[in-house]
Amino acid sequence: MIEQISIIGGFGKNGQPEPVKRVDFKMGDVISIVGQTGSGKTTLIDDIELFANENTPSGRKILINGEAPESRFSNNVSNHPIALITQHTNFLSDMQVYKFLLTHASIRGSKDPSAIVEETIDFANQLTGEAIDLNYAMTELSGGQTRALLIADAVIIGNSPIILLDEIENAGIHRTRALDLLKRYEKIFIFVTHDPRIALLSDCRIVMKNGSMNDVITTGVEERKVVEVIKELDDLLLDFRMHIRNGSVLTEKIFEDRLKSVKCLNN
Amino acid sequence: MKAIICAGTPTSGKTTVLKHVISKLKKKGHRSAFLKIDVQYADEDTLFKEEFGIPTRKVYSGELCPDHCNVMVLGDAIEWAEKEGADFLIVETAGLCLRCSPYIEGSLGIVVLEATSGMNLPRKVGPMLSLADIAVVTKIDLISQAEREVFRARVLEAAPEISIAETDALHGIGIDPIVEQFCKSESVNYPLYLRGNPPVGTCTICVGKKEIGWKQHFGVVRPLENQNFYRGE
Repeated sequence: MIEQISIIGGFGKNGQPEPVKRVDFKMGDVISIVGQTGSGKTTLIDDIELFANENTPSGRKILINGEAPESRFSNNVSNHPIALITQHTNFLSDMQVYKFLLTHASIRGSKDPSAIVEETIDFANQLTGEAIDLNYAMTELSGGQTRALLIADAVIIGNSPIILLDEIENAGIHRTRALDLLKRYEKIFIFVTHDPRIALLSDCRIVMKNGSMNDVITTGVEERKVVEVIKELDDLLLDFRMHIRNGSVLTEKIFEDRLKSVKCLNN
Repeated sequence: MKAIICAGTPTSGKTTVLKHVISKLKKKGHRSAFLKIDVQYADEDTLFKEEFGIPTRKVYSGELCPDHCNVMVLGDAIEWAEKEGADFLIVETAGLCLRCSPYIEGSLGIVVLEATSGMNLPRKVGPMLSLADIAVVTKIDLISQAEREVFRARVLEAAPEISIAETDALHGIGIDPIVEQFCKSESVNYPLYLRGNPPVGTCTICVGKKEIGWKQHFGVVRPLENQNFYRGE
């Protein structure tokens, strides 16, 4: 059973030791990794995914329950406790969605594959705009649908204890709903993100700079208040986006009426 | 000396995998010799010679099936590699027709399969997979974890005893376990036998008769409607 995962700091881009020497996450934690483009965010999650053991360029070490991971994790991908979903992860198989999920569920030894497939599709559909058609080939899904299904598959069928999500805000899935849904499952979620909403809804965030883990900031009471306001502003923009997506015209009246309904702008 | 045969469909990443393996063997102080068997074009012999300074050879099978060509030339190749003082003879072969297995009894046989070529590939490649010792799955960074799992299950369905090495060979990830198995494998042990049976006999197409339709041929022939081979007139 995985209870805790730790990152032991290595070296940054210039070869200097990382300011953060060790970070521990326990089951149920939601963590964000933030930083400028090129600051080393993706390298950090790659290190986690590979169970780096001072054998990657960063020299970092990943520990599970305080110890170097067992080799059975890396020998069979089904035992691998980490699912990584990036902006580039795609389905390449043109199997039908339903058939593929059923196959995956059976490989994972599910006693009731069709029930678990239904739960997966249901989860995915809560994250997407348009519902996924079970008869579609996986390659026919849109970018957002693919990302939603990948996440749902990793959480429910894969039941991976640790899930790494690289910039999913760009994939057009419903972020707040994703966070709410994910928090119901006892797992470690690590988001690489540029999105203030995801970062501030996390329990803590690792700040990357020049290839190093520069700081770990725990989301405090003040930030928890601020994120409520950010949510409102973000929802405002999402509403306008939805409006335009649905083919409507954004008139000045609609725009101003909507602005009036935002509490934080009218205090 | 150990003789290791590596097969796999074109563009599956055989050369890239072997490049990393040879480099790692070299760092461990082992000397490799390399033989490439292909149908009409290959430049791996020059590449490997330049990059690693190892003895290399190339054979074009031309009109002959590359797996048949492998059987013909392998005896000479082993002698050549032994004279060169190699610890490993590594043979890369195209394995095109998917009916033969080019592996030698007792020696290590490797099949390279690309994860991007679809979930049905392991069901299609026949003895090239089912008679191999290691299935190296390449390009795993390009597909989802879910697909990796299904692909892996399909490989095991075709070859339950096989050991699987999943790699992102382009970035040199996942190569170490393959090198380990190279080192652990058996040395060449005479007499040398092909693992598994090559497909049946010769037909008139093999010897250059070009007319289309089974009625134009004799030897082993088969019409569209009959799933069984039979001997025609």
